[in-house]
Amino acid sequence: MEREISIVLCGEAGQGIQTVEQLLTKILKLSGYYVFATKEYMSRVRGGSNSTQILVSDKPARAPISRMDVLIPLDKEAINHVSTRLDRNTIIIGDQENLVTDKKIIHVSFLKMAEEIGQPIYANTIAVGLLLGLLNGDIRVGRHYLKDYFLQKNKAEFVSDNILALEKGFQEAKRLLKENLIDSKRFSILKSSAKLKNNLLLNGAEAVGLGAIAGGCNFISSYPMSPSTGVLVFLAQYADDFHIIAEQTEDEISAINMALGAWYTGARAMVTTSGGGFSLMTEGLSLAGMLESPLVIHLAQRPGPSTGLPTRTEQADLQLALYAGHGEFPRIILAPGNIEETYLLTQKAFHWADRFQIPVFILTDQYTMDTYYNIKKLSIPRGDIVHFIIETPADYQRYKLGSKDGISPRGIPGFGEGLVRVDSDEHDEMGLITEDMVIRKKMVEKRNARWAQLKKEAIPPVLSGTENYRILCVGWGSNYHTIQEALERLNRPDISLLHFSQVYPIAEDSIKFLNKAEQIISIENNYTGQFSQLLERQTGITIETRILKYDGLPLYADELAQGIKEVLEGKGGQR
Amino acid sequence: MNKSMSFEQKVVKPAWCPGCGNFFILKALQRALVELALKPQEVVIVSGIGQAAKTPQYLNVHMFNGLHGRALPPATAIKACNPHLTVIAEGGDGDMYGEGGNHFLHTIRRNPDITQLVHNNMVYGLTKGQASPTSELGYRTPVQVDGVISQPINPIALAISQDASFVARVFCANLEHTVEIIKKAIQHPGYALVDIFQPCVTFNKVNTYKWFQEHTYILQDHDVHDQGQAFLRATETEKLPLGIFYQNEKKKTFEQRLKVHQEEGPAFLSRTINREKLKEILEER
Repeated sequence: MEREISIVLCGEAGQGIQTVEQLLTKILKLSGYYVFATKEYMSRVRGGSNSTQILVSDKPARAPISRMDVLIPLDKEAINHVSTRLDRNTIIIGDQENLVTDKKIIHVSFLKMAEEIGQPIYANTIAVGLLLGLLNGDIRVGRHYLKDYFLQKNKAEFVSDNILALEKGFQEAKRLLKENLIDSKRFSILKSSAKLKNNLLLNGAEAVGLGAIAGGCNFISSYPMSPSTGVLVFLAQYADDFHIIAEQTEDEISAINMALGAWYTGARAMVTTSGGGFSLMTEGLSLAGMLESPLVIHLAQRPGPSTGLPTRTEQADLQLALYAGHGEFPRIILAPGNIEETYLLTQKAFHWADRFQIPVFILTDQYTMDTYYNIKKLSIPRGDIVHFIIETPADYQRYKLGSKDGISPRGIPGFGEGLVRVDSDEHDEMGLITEDMVIRKKMVEKRNARWAQLKKEAIPPVLSGTENYRILCVGWGSNYHTIQEALERLNRPDISLLHFSQVYPIAEDSIKFLNKAEQIISIENNYTGQFSQLLERQTGITIETRILKYDGLPLYADELAQGIKEVLEGKGGQR
Repeated sequence: MNKSMSFEQKVVKPAWCPGCGNFFILKALQRALVELALKPQEVVIVSGIGQAAKTPQYLNVHMFNGLHGRALPPATAIKACNPHLTVIAEGGDGDMYGEGGNHFLHTIRRNPDITQLVHNNMVYGLTKGQASPTSELGYRTPVQVDGVISQPINPIALAISQDASFVARVFCANLEHTVEIIKKAIQHPGYALVDIFQPCVTFNKVNTYKWFQEHTYILQDHDVHDQGQAFLRATETEKLPLGIFYQNEKKKTFEQRLKVHQEEGPAFLSRTINREKLKEILEER
């Protein structure tokens, strides 16, 4: 028996897939189930073929899978779009008149039913009701939620028709089950649990936004770019509540330079961007290195090079984040493994940026941005934010030499009697331009002195599975739960996962985990195995085997389990 | 102690050529700051890269010496975060109109209460004599060997066309006039552009002190609130007018439009996290 039910909705952009996803996941969560939703979509506002996967389970569901138990195709292209993922057990439910296929369809006349209620748009709510009925969800919870949903949107006039549509869909499901058109056993595996009702449903973009707020972010300057825009939107929406200056800039160059100006003045600033946009920011990143300015960069990866696949996912900008910016200066790269970590590490990024006076990256991807699942309550930070700003004395020197960790107290203009000078040129202790080679050497050493502390405080990797492993899978960033689940599916006593949510610099004793393994399998959502290369360089260990995916889609747990199995049988895996 | 000493910075000596127009600008700016009774602690000068962008290195003020072409974005952010500061963005014609041209346009749109000083010598100094965005047609350099073939930017006309809230031009050797206009620009509530004609004694053998004296005149009887007239004056070519071309004090500044500065209570930078709201969001999702 499978551990979850996988539902895929597929259709054109603008048909309402997102509405179904949003309503269904919320209602199922409130009904006491674990839900998971992720989407893949084309870079267009209308048309195309897009799909959303919803997993429903009584166990935590945190990884996408290839398998589809139920497919709801909403247009002619839909079945074809996901055809490689169909198997003989996939139940296809749809409007037969609108579909052209030789596959068996369980006919539900969504459109006709919707028109009977009043408008074709109600087909979406009928679909929600139908799925709720199949999954044995609570119709009362559904009614209640729909009412709240439309009242909150100030659309009271739509409440009664939507509830009617929900009920119609629900009854239709009961009919299909009763008439044995669908085997009820496929859906009776789930047990609900009241304690899940108060879980949160947050996607990665919201988690970054909330983490930023909790980290004291009060300035965001960015240029819209998929898939990073959600963070700018989120913070702009809450700008009034949290006293945030949210500015959409003319370009990414302006964005990063504004953020540096904001930090210089005492604000806590971030930028959110994607590959191409970040490429434009790299000179500004180097400026942060020279100014010894804090900076938080949220970099949501999408497949490149260049424009690539704007709305899809990849883990291929690690080396970009690592090497961006000319010259030598320290940086931290965090790559959260799940929603909770995304929230916590974004908070931490602001703290570290301010404390170490360096740029800190939050490296996510489209998959993270557009994925959500149940999480327990997130805690708000205890106490006020610690700011690492001093009141300047009259003889203040911004780049005072002499501290062991290279950090000199940071003043801001207008707070104290001193003058705060920061300079992109090599500078003396006052911050004034210099070409004195003795000072140059000292300043290089000062900027890079904090490496020691950064390594010491680096977040160690997390081991999942037995400590007595023979084979060690290595993952980073967003693939955490997917690899974890793939290993659970394999259920072998000799394989564990080592996951890194800080990818640079890595914690000093990470090597001990690698040394213990007979075989290391690196798993990444890219072509060249960027993290395993970095790990090899930082540890001197050779990583024999790589499982890599780079078609623009995230790793799927079931597909990955199969991949690992093949590698262990000596059949797959890239060098 | 002479009051003007308070902005003088004696640690680093200017790296400019003897006779450079930048010395006049440095002096004029110093005098303007003193005459406005500002304290060094109240003034931030943001600059890019180039000979002009070195100016704040030689002044006793807060300094953000950033990237080539990028003085305006940090200057905007600094003023947005702390409106009590007097913020000046300073650089040359290549810095501000070439590399940073996009920011020039968009800063006019935002209208932050900052002053942009552009040392306009119509040539690249720091990189040794190539054409700048304001070099005249036909101007020969080691790169533009047959002379410049692209039409020069007219920053004054461009700014007026975009309804920039204060647009002026001066010639640095007219020291009194330069001081007066810089003071007015700093006092103006909103974005202020001062394009400063400045001879480059080393690389520009065409636009010399003599040339500027012969080819400029100070605007008289001009209504600075008449945008159409201002634009016409800005497009004159025979003799180039100096002074305030255009001023629009009615526009709200960027900072005034920001909600964070409209609320009652502590100043923007002193606010703490709204914990109740954060808790509420975390609970409702």
